[in-house]
Amino acid sequence: MNWQAIRAIYLFEMARTFRTPTQSLISPVISTALYFIVFGSAIGSRIQEVEGVSYGAFIVPGLIMLSVLTQSISNASFGIYFPKFIGAIYEVLSAPVSAFEITVGYVGAAATKSFIIGIVILITSFFFVDIQVAHPVWMFAFLILTCLSFSLLGFIIGIWARNFEQLQLIPLLVVTPLVFLGGAFYSASMLPPLWQKITLFNPVLYLISGFRWSFFGLSDVPVGISLAAITVFFAVMLSAVWWIFRTGWRIKT
Amino acid sequence: MSAIVSIDNLTKTYDGGFQALKGVTLDIEEGEILSLLGPNGAGKTTLISIICGITNPSTGRVTVGGHDIISDFRAARRLLGLVPQEINLQPLERVMNTVRFTRGLFGQRPDDAYLEKILTQLSLWDKRDAQINALSGGMKRRVLIAKALSHNPRVLFLDEPTAGVDVELRKDMWETVRELQAEGVTIILTTHYIEEAEAMSDRIGVIAKGELMLVEEKTALMNRMGQKRMRIDLQVPLPEIPSSLAQYNLSHGETPSSLVYDYDAKGERTGITRLLNDLSAAGIVLRDVQTSQSSLEDIFVSLVEDRP
Ligand SMILES: Nc1ncnc2c1ncn2[C@@H]1O[C@H](COP(=O)(O)OP(=O)(O)OP(=O)(O)O)[C@@H](O)[C@H]1O
Ligand SMILES: [Mg+2]
Repeated sequence: MNWQAIRAIYLFEMARTFRTPTQSLISPVISTALYFIVFGSAIGSRIQEVEGVSYGAFIVPGLIMLSVLTQSISNASFGIYFPKFIGAIYEVLSAPVSAFEITVGYVGAAATKSFIIGIVILITSFFFVDIQVAHPVWMFAFLILTCLSFSLLGFIIGIWARNFEQLQLIPLLVVTPLVFLGGAFYSASMLPPLWQKITLFNPVLYLISGFRWSFFGLSDVPVGISLAAITVFFAVMLSAVWWIFRTGWRIKT
Repeated sequence: MSAIVSIDNLTKTYDGGFQALKGVTLDIEEGEILSLLGPNGAGKTTLISIICGITNPSTGRVTVGGHDIISDFRAARRLLGLVPQEINLQPLERVMNTVRFTRGLFGQRPDDAYLEKILTQLSLWDKRDAQINALSGGMKRRVLIAKALSHNPRVLFLDEPTAGVDVELRKDMWETVRELQAEGVTIILTTHYIEEAEAMSDRIGVIAKGELMLVEEKTALMNRMGQKRMRIDLQVPLPEIPSSLAQYNLSHGETPSSLVYDYDAKGERTGITRLLNDLSAAGIVLRDVQTSQSSLEDIFVSLVEDRP
């Protein structure tokens, strides 16, 4: 195992992130604050409670998930796409590192960053709403698994993308809608019965539901199913990355 | 000497179906400087990229220090350093950090003292905290060299290291290459400049259209270059060369009415006067005489140009 290489990639990526702390940390905090103001105050004045939880608190897990998902994807995809784009990837390809080590370095750094952002948003939310975490261990478990799996997804997108448009495509067209429709700002039980059925096909619903359960003990789907869903997703992403490196797909000619 | 890099019947066909390498076989000796000459698109970069693991080979086998570059890639790649043709650097990175990064990638512990030595040698120590995009082109190229040396490679590939580099820096680079060789590093460089290959290398290889046309000791090549050739056109065809002329090693040209005499232009006596005397003594009447000199340039051109 080439630990030095994992360390080098990880530190390089973390340094890249924190070279621009404003962009990396302050902007998610500001956008979260905006969501609190817009959703929490405007909608919260009409919907006071969802299943016994104040609306402002109810949206916190969804808000964290929204940021963590988008940040994981954008950070991990950019982290690998940019060296590919400018050609600096040559040194990673010519180094004595395995696919596994490359992935651990890049994905580990992206996941760490989104984990930090998730925690920062959680702390920010303490200033706006009264919130308690019922199952902190599960909360961390869900958060970490989500950071890792979506950083893997971002990593794959970064390898797949041939231009900057493609890099933005999936986050914009697929992930953001799935998060918004996945119950980030409402409970699935508030929807008409037909839509309740349809949302069950949205994988993000399971994530948000499980994560919200770790806060309030309530969920749209049983928490075991949520856990299974995110684990399966994680495994699928891992296999995809394994296949990519085995075949050199879109990295080597 | 033994081969440190051994290339056996290597081919590469790119996805579009273009065959960039057509069975290259080459042993690179430990400690030598080998120059690869070849026109644009000959396959030099492709060859280097395959050895370094950036491009997948189609068929054939390469070993570095006895380690297969695919099945034993870790051991093979640890021995290799690559200075790519293109300047592919992260623009916002700082010089020292990017060199540290490469060293880490190659699995070596941080050693800033060693990196300081390299950066100083390449006159980059003053620029260690500068951002890459604030460097000149020649400096960026030296950063690439520093990165390639950061992990103490045994074999260094320099893909057109002096393209777009001024005379001063080119001399510096040659100096650096010689110092590296003195430390025992094997060096493979590609270039379009014949005089560079001449000045630098122990051996010269010529690649054209994906084939290795020739690999030869530079001194042997230079000797061939010192050779001059005299072509003698005769009035009357001469089917048999008379035995009185045997000592000259004459041969026929394209037709029996021309003779070819090879001689060393640098030698003390060329034998031309005696030959001409002996020819007239043998009653052979001359129509025309031409001489030509073969240079590395000629050899190169004749190898790479289209032949029917
Ligand atoms: N990724 C690729 N896909 C398809 N063809 C390629 C690819 N890379 C190189 N080629 C082709 O392979 C041939 C050899 O290219 P290569 O870069 O090895 O040449 P070179 O000898 O390094 O030339 P130069 O002196 O211009 O650097 C060229 O015809 C080139 O067009
Ligand atoms: Mg080239």
